[in-house]
Amino acid sequence: MPELVSHPEEVKVISRRFGMGAADIDRYMALGGYASLRKAVDMGPEWVLNEMKASGLRGRGGAGFPTGMKWSFVPKQSAKPKYVLVNGDESEPGTCKDHLIFREDPHSVIEGTMIAGLAIGSKMGFIYLRGEYRYLLEITERALAQCYERGILGKSIFGSSFAFDVLSHTGAGAYEVGEESALMESLEGKRGVPRIKPPFPAVVGLYGGPTVINNAETIASVPFILEMGGAEYAKIGTERNGGTRLFSISGHVNRPGVYELPMGYNLKKMIYEVAGGIPGGKALKAVVPGGASCPILRADEIDVGMDFDQMGKAGTMLGSAGVVVLDETVSIVEFALRTIKFYQHESCGWCIPCREGTDWLKKTMTRFYEGYGTVKDIDNMRYLAENMLGRTFCPLGDAAAMPMIGFFTKFRGEFEEYIQKNPAAPETQALVELVGA
Amino acid sequence: MSLKTNPEMNPATNTVFSPDLAARFDKLVTLYPLRRSALIPMLLYAQDEVGAVNDQVIAEIALRIGITELDVRNVISYYSLLHTKPHGRFHVQVCTNISCMLRGGNEMLAHCKDRLGIGHKETTSDGLFSLEEVECIGACCWAPAVQVNYDFHDNLTPEKMDAVLESYRQKESGR
Repeated sequence: MPELVSHPEEVKVISRRFGMGAADIDRYMALGGYASLRKAVDMGPEWVLNEMKASGLRGRGGAGFPTGMKWSFVPKQSAKPKYVLVNGDESEPGTCKDHLIFREDPHSVIEGTMIAGLAIGSKMGFIYLRGEYRYLLEITERALAQCYERGILGKSIFGSSFAFDVLSHTGAGAYEVGEESALMESLEGKRGVPRIKPPFPAVVGLYGGPTVINNAETIASVPFILEMGGAEYAKIGTERNGGTRLFSISGHVNRPGVYELPMGYNLKKMIYEVAGGIPGGKALKAVVPGGASCPILRADEIDVGMDFDQMGKAGTMLGSAGVVVLDETVSIVEFALRTIKFYQHESCGWCIPCREGTDWLKKTMTRFYEGYGTVKDIDNMRYLAENMLGRTFCPLGDAAAMPMIGFFTKFRGEFEEYIQKNPAAPETQALVELVGA
Repeated sequence: MSLKTNPEMNPATNTVFSPDLAARFDKLVTLYPLRRSALIPMLLYAQDEVGAVNDQVIAEIALRIGITELDVRNVISYYSLLHTKPHGRFHVQVCTNISCMLRGGNEMLAHCKDRLGIGHKETTSDGLFSLEEVECIGACCWAPAVQVNYDFHDNLTPEKMDAVLESYRQKESGR
């Protein structure tokens, strides 16, 4: 079982109930659970939307879109039913925060889903979990059953006219389904290929109805925001980056784990203090700051705050806050190959630049890794990756291209050195033996 | 033609699934605004019981949802957890993605290949184990990690992995 970690620097908001048995509804309610829902029912949708906007909460899936604004895009009047869809298809390499949320505090996700539903005028929500998270699906199903037993889900919630149903749903293995439009396709029982935007899901989403799609961590934050008030929540983070974030710190650190830290927390401090530094006294080589799709940072670039804007300025992204730490022994060439192998495997094949781009990058990287690389390959791969950017329906093409561009830019010297050091090419053989030569 | 009026198309006559699973599916298709939404969970749950999404499972599920078998196959081919041929009783899925790779995921895969005597996507001759190198399973902070069927095993070392494999062997002989 994954261990829970703790550090004095943490600001525990959404992880407050971790390790307290809050998957059980009685425990959850004893720890203040469903009080925010009650408050939301009393105060009404406008109040909820205002608090959410004041909180500065931005989408925790990676894009960082302001949640309150997203909710407010849903039309008030709609001929078709509106839906809330929670994205628990956590698959970004380096990220395992939702894993812990569903294990330790599934009711916070349910409560957040209901509050989102109340805010947009929806009657039904879905919690989509990746197929590999079967034990978490079972925990969530038990939590939902408890809610129905207590009358927290269903009709006339807390004696009001608010009625809401939540259904948990399993995927069956696909990174691409974490993209919101592919997620809707998958929930409709189809291959998870993306839809063209616009229309955006807030207008035409699930089953053609207006739909709010949020990451599980975003939704789990909602009850806590209403509890403390949006303005208070915003104060925890940095400007335009409200609140805390669950950082999944993995790779070469002494104390890997999921830590809840304020938005804007310094990356260097995170690695050396919170996660206990690099094992064996080795030097740091690089950090992938927000999951596999985020461009890599060199060791000399990590004195930077971890929020959406500062990461953007540093030429990378906060993404899903999966911090992957690489010590001096790591071969960037090998790391780049593993990264592109993943995206090639996961590209759904719908858009040609992504399907062909990831495939050729993988083929070229494989040849390069095997020692048959040339300097021209580095330029070609970079050119190829740059031409994938922005040319696909969904961001998977970008997610594959951006880290590759990062490797070629930040570690070009290492790629060139690799060609010199690994001359695996067989000795040249003469095509024709010259007689008598 | 409705499912109820044609006895040949009535899922209640099925022999593909256990009564419990059949009853679960009867309910599942009614929970969503559209019947087809139940497709992927049904395929996965059927696979859990039958061992694979074989021809019979595909035909039965197509009937229950009211779509063609081709539609069902089209969906199956997209999702990495769905398979039309049976795996071993214990399907060992070794993550070698970046976080696991940094903490010995590749070595773990090599170790499993060596111990089980099989390669990627192969099954032992007794049908007990099958092996697969998989993409990120969401256990990055507890790497290297392996999933056997749906069970997670984290912070592995070769010795711990041996114990894990042994525990499944014991489980089988204790049946």
